[in-house]
Amino acid sequence: MYVAVKGGEAAIAAAHALLDKERRGEPAIPELTTDQIREQLALAVDRVMCEGSLYDRDLAALAIKQARGDLIEAIFLVRAYRSTLPRFGYATPIDTGSMTIRRRISATFKDLPGGQVLGPTFDYTHRLLDDRRHGAAPVVQPLRKAVEDDAAVPHVSDLLGEQGLIEPNPRAVNDEAVGDLTRDPLSFPADRDLRLQSLSRGDEGLLLALGYSTQRGYGRTHPFAGEIRMGPVEVHFVPEELGFEVSLGTILVTECEMVNQFKGSAESPPQFTRGYGLTFGHCERKAMSMALVDRALRARELGEEVVAPAQDEEFVLSHTDNVQATGFVEHLKLPHYVDFQAELQLVRQMRCEWEAANRKEAAE
Amino acid sequence: MSDAAHYNFAYLDEQTKRMIRRALLKAVAIPGYQVPFASREMPMPYGWGTGGVQVTASVLGPDDILKVIDQGADDTTNAVSIRKFFERTAGIATTTHTRDATVIQTRHRIPEAPLKEGQILVYQVPIPEPLRFLEPRETETRRQHALEDYGLMHVKLYEDIARHGHIATTYAYPVKVDDRYIMDPSPTPKFDNPKMDMCPALQLFGAGREKRIYALPPYTKVVSLDFEDHPFERTKFDRGCELCGAEGIYLDEVVTDDRGGCMYVCSDTDYCEGRRAAPHAAAPPIREARR
Amino acid sequence: MSTPDAPLLVAEGLSKRYGQRIGCADVSLGIHEGEVVAVVGESGSGKSTLLGLLSTQLLPDAGNVRYRMRSGDERNLFALGEAERRFLLRTDWGFVHQDARLGLRMGVSAGGNVGERLMAVGWRHYGRIRAEAENWLERVEIARERIDDCPSAFSGGMRQRLQIAKNMVTRPRLIFMDEPTGGLDVSVQARLLDLIRSFVGDYGLAAVIVTHDLAVARLLSHRIIVMRHGRVIETGLTDQVLDDPREPYTQLLVASVLQV
Repeated sequence: MYVAVKGGEAAIAAAHALLDKERRGEPAIPELTTDQIREQLALAVDRVMCEGSLYDRDLAALAIKQARGDLIEAIFLVRAYRSTLPRFGYATPIDTGSMTIRRRISATFKDLPGGQVLGPTFDYTHRLLDDRRHGAAPVVQPLRKAVEDDAAVPHVSDLLGEQGLIEPNPRAVNDEAVGDLTRDPLSFPADRDLRLQSLSRGDEGLLLALGYSTQRGYGRTHPFAGEIRMGPVEVHFVPEELGFEVSLGTILVTECEMVNQFKGSAESPPQFTRGYGLTFGHCERKAMSMALVDRALRARELGEEVVAPAQDEEFVLSHTDNVQATGFVEHLKLPHYVDFQAELQLVRQMRCEWEAANRKEAAE
Repeated sequence: MSDAAHYNFAYLDEQTKRMIRRALLKAVAIPGYQVPFASREMPMPYGWGTGGVQVTASVLGPDDILKVIDQGADDTTNAVSIRKFFERTAGIATTTHTRDATVIQTRHRIPEAPLKEGQILVYQVPIPEPLRFLEPRETETRRQHALEDYGLMHVKLYEDIARHGHIATTYAYPVKVDDRYIMDPSPTPKFDNPKMDMCPALQLFGAGREKRIYALPPYTKVVSLDFEDHPFERTKFDRGCELCGAEGIYLDEVVTDDRGGCMYVCSDTDYCEGRRAAPHAAAPPIREARR
Repeated sequence: MSTPDAPLLVAEGLSKRYGQRIGCADVSLGIHEGEVVAVVGESGSGKSTLLGLLSTQLLPDAGNVRYRMRSGDERNLFALGEAERRFLLRTDWGFVHQDARLGLRMGVSAGGNVGERLMAVGWRHYGRIRAEAENWLERVEIARERIDDCPSAFSGGMRQRLQIAKNMVTRPRLIFMDEPTGGLDVSVQARLLDLIRSFVGDYGLAAVIVTHDLAVARLLSHRIIVMRHGRVIETGLTDQVLDDPREPYTQLLVASVLQV
């Protein structure tokens, strides 16, 4: 019977074979292709790219398939692959102002230059399960409207900024290099560049809960959704050999700018403050949550009292990463019998001591 | 992408390995000090040995012979998985024999057979900060280390004695390294603590999720914290291994039936097998270590 | 080196602003060994800011604080290294907070609380640490049997006495107290004040006590400092100031007490 703990190697191989079988499901049902996942489960692909910190729709689709639809597992696969990629440089900052708008809404102004563009959204759909989705329902062709050539779509924050009503976007100090969370370990207190990186690849569920908590009074920031915009933006890179900018292609991003309660002092007049969210793909809930949490985390910088979890930088940033979190929670499945043995022995000893003491007391 | 041939030797790219080696050098230079490093995502989950794997990947050469243990055993699932990983990505030789290995990656145990000069023991560390459960804030614990402000650690030990009559910490028992830093020995049972002291092998500790590396260079003084009148005591077993008869070693309790039956066997499988193969040639068991 | 009758602590021109608001403006004072100084004023008068500055919990915008160390050397406190500062705080100084939770570890036994300072300065004998803790618990009138209980199980008055024991164990020369009797019942207050008074006498402690309660100031202090709007408006021997206040504001403070 002692051999029961032996043979780990064979057991692992057998378990993985079983996993492959389960992944495939009923063989009579056609197998899902990664193209189908990429095209038809696009929001899952977006989430995996965003939290996996790697913009590649095909790899994300493959990861989702391999992970049997477990998105955190898929994110993990993408991250592990990402660490093997050599780093040959950094792109220049993307300009979301020059985005080709697919969706753009503002909750702060009824109408504004560039207009409100609903785009593909679940908003205002009635959440009724729809039988027609079982099979191949014909798709109604959406209306098309030509984009005017000179249609400028300024950021809402810039409109407010021109009147000095919102704090200016902080500028990098003396061209100080932007930090890279994946190349240098995070240390506290963390600057905003690292904070935003951490939030952008952080777990959507955690950010949603934290953002929500600020709305319920745990670190209120009085937010307005100044603007949410989604669409492709061009990515540029300056190869050292060339010395000038070349375009690498476009990526789809979602950006959220929250306009938050104002502050003022003797030195500066009252102004709205900002919270910022940016994600790969169309991850609107995540971008909004990120903007709420970003603003909450600026409490210290803005001289607010730090009283709520969402304002606590060490707490938030240490726990946003779902690959880290899932690994550590799940490591409890690993054998711990050496430590447990030590504890077992201690408990037995302490029980003996306790019983001896009780017997002695009873005898007296 | 599943083909190992596409990956660099031992998975990590050379730049990353250099970064980790720099952290290791700093860690060796300041024994017991936790060096932050830019831990990478590895193909196994955080908490499953990513720190140890990154350290091992960075110190492995093509001629190294690797041994991987978990809970003292070579055949536990995670040990098998990590050993396979390096066989695939580095193509190096592996062994289960402590004496033959040049690099030993471990989770929760130190082998029973004494380690020797030239060997490297790599520990997988879940929580590198010995003060973490007394003070959750990294900013504060780093300050406490910097200022050698360790009163709180002893308060914890004091409380143990006040409550239980003895120090009720059986694993991850804190140590003081080279009379300076307080260090978490990783969740090895305190039984193994004395083996760390003045060990001829190089001991490296990797915490992947927490992004810290620390080290004990060969022959470093490692003292388990205690009180003069409540000295550190190594866990004692009042029996020997029922398979090989070894005494004074760490035992696993194996439940054999549902009526309370159990047997005690060596936690170190290589040690146990070695003794059973050649009972007379095996190294004598290590008796109670003297401090 | 200075002579023993030189002040233990000297503050010069201490100022601290919070944005536009003045916390404390140009305050200078000296405290001698064994001397108890009360700082009184209404809330917002700057007395807590002054206490924070003197005890190096806050950094001033201007001014400095010099202190005569046990070695006899006089040091500028704001030039101390962090390690030196922490060492000073847990050996030669004490701090009794109004809110005991700030001064005690609520989840650690009374013995552990008192023993912490000893362990921090290198005591490594459990029996001796415990004996010393018992000894100090007794002196602050906490029964020996309570040594393994946590302060969370203690009454308000006991918590304050435990704070004092925790501070006294390293025989500090200077102790800071922030409304030490605030929020306690009158009878509990009286017992605590008696204890503080006897400790100050027995151990030759110097103390700075911030209080809005003039009765506390009269009972404990030799000298009194009256603050308003961050400035010292009157100072002198406690009995003199309270019996014959010169400043109209002090007169008002004293009068408002007498009316009660």
